[in-house]
Amino acid sequence: MQTLDQTVVDAPTARPALPRRSPIATDALSRWRAPLSILALLALPFLLPSQALAVNVLIYGLYAVGYNLLYGYTGLLSFGHAAFFGTGAYVTGIAIGTYGLHPLAAMALAVVVASGLALALGALSIRSRGIYFAMVTLALAQLVYYVALQASTWTGGENGLRGFTVTTIDLGIVSLDILNPLTKYLFVLAFVGAALALISRILASPFGAVIEAIRENETRARACGFDVERTKLLAFVLSGLFCGLAGALSAIHLSIVPLDSLAYHTSGTAVVMTLVGGAGTFFGPFVGALTVLVLEDVLSLWTPHWQLALGSVFILFVLFMPRGLWGTALARLTAFRGRA
Amino acid sequence: MNPIANPILEVENLGRRFGAFTALEGVSAAFGEGRITAIIGPNGAGKSTFFNLLSGALKPTSGRLRFSGRDMTRVPQARFAHLGIARSYQITNVFPRLTAHENVRTALQARVSRYDFWSRRDARTDLAVRADDILESVGLAGRRDRPAAALAHGEQRALEIGIALAADPRLLLLDEPTAGMGPEETKEMVALLRRLGESRTILLVEHKMKMILGLSERILVLHHGRLIADGTPAEIQADREVRRVYLGQSGGYGHA
Repeated sequence: MQTLDQTVVDAPTARPALPRRSPIATDALSRWRAPLSILALLALPFLLPSQALAVNVLIYGLYAVGYNLLYGYTGLLSFGHAAFFGTGAYVTGIAIGTYGLHPLAAMALAVVVASGLALALGALSIRSRGIYFAMVTLALAQLVYYVALQASTWTGGENGLRGFTVTTIDLGIVSLDILNPLTKYLFVLAFVGAALALISRILASPFGAVIEAIRENETRARACGFDVERTKLLAFVLSGLFCGLAGALSAIHLSIVPLDSLAYHTSGTAVVMTLVGGAGTFFGPFVGALTVLVLEDVLSLWTPHWQLALGSVFILFVLFMPRGLWGTALARLTAFRGRA
Repeated sequence: MNPIANPILEVENLGRRFGAFTALEGVSAAFGEGRITAIIGPNGAGKSTFFNLLSGALKPTSGRLRFSGRDMTRVPQARFAHLGIARSYQITNVFPRLTAHENVRTALQARVSRYDFWSRRDARTDLAVRADDILESVGLAGRRDRPAAALAHGEQRALEIGIALAADPRLLLLDEPTAGMGPEETKEMVALLRRLGESRTILLVEHKMKMILGLSERILVLHHGRLIADGTPAEIQADREVRRVYLGQSGGYGHA
């Protein structure tokens, strides 16, 4: 028996009986990414100066995570994701304000409508590539913006949608007091956490491997036998779904839907937050959302031209830290472990 | 050429135009199972166009393409891999940031799971094991966990063949498998192709004449988008027309 073991160990080409897991998969940080992210977000309201900022980090973080699914993991640069965020917000507001729907039902409807819109806009844009894809998504999102501007009896037009204040959410057994900042934070976190668990699952699935393959090499993916267009469309819809949920949460949070939530700079916000945090990383978009929101707060206190300063910071990131804050931190950690 | 009884691949009057430019015209040939056939021709002869038509990347503007009796002329490219035709590219075409193992595993997955976003991908241990077998067969077992971008050029070419093999193809189309390789790497690749040729039908485009003459049983010569010769290496070497347009034209190719 001993000799047999010896041979196996000594043979230079000996193959392990079971396939070894890739080093990335064994990485605890990656394996427990969803629970760890939720834990980090649980601590957030106690670390930040204001609860409102913490809720915004959650909402915009989810928005960027949804965007990242398309940009960071599938490799499609969209400039039109405000359409899904804004639609999610408007549908929630209208469903509560005009039709008196239960907030949860309104949010569910919002997610369905945002996904349907993503299916339509995706079907129209997915065949164009690169910068053309970005331009087509931008144009389609602008279309949605102008529809909301014109349909002012429904949307309130330029003034935004008002008059649907949510103060309590009746869950049957308990009634949540949304005016309590911590309760509101935990309510939003419940949805964000569920979304993160779902996205983590999607990324770990066979489908997750397909979108990565398309990002890495579309031609090769097609030659392997993947239907690239269908896969991209599915990724687009999933991305729109999570952005729509983020929009729905923002409507509940603000009790108003500004027309700006459909504007092109809201689309830009998703791009900036994803890139600053780290495209193609799981937690990066939250880091990006936190960074951008804090910078916005701080810079707007100092100067009315804060957008100029924020733009400069963004350019610096693209030039000197293309992996973003979280992406760079992860790369350093991996390199450090490699040496150890 | 003797007519082939049960051809795996048949092209009939195949042609492709790009606007006013005719890249390929009137190519007819049949290919039997389990052989290595080489396609040669000077630059711009239409070899790449021919390959793109055979792999479904381009659709023909005239003629027909039949694979084991089935008309493939209108079949979308993504279906080709499932039906048993796989290819490698002239310019290395892998998934750069995925490891060698993930490259092959993902290619294997194309046959069994394309839209499943609920199960765990590492639950399919059968794919992982099969990917290891393929890496072994192309000599990359030792590079399993390296990102493809970090592999040497010759290794990337071998990985590309590994990805093509994942489709378990009956027909393997290889576009210049030894492009950019040194003599040592070329030798290893030839040995690999010979092993693969024992169980599969291989069509390859190559520039290295010496290698082709030793490896393939049959050679097709394209010139200006037309098939000008089709025969055994000995017949091709003796063909006047071929010598005129191709073999004699440069010292680089003429060592045969």
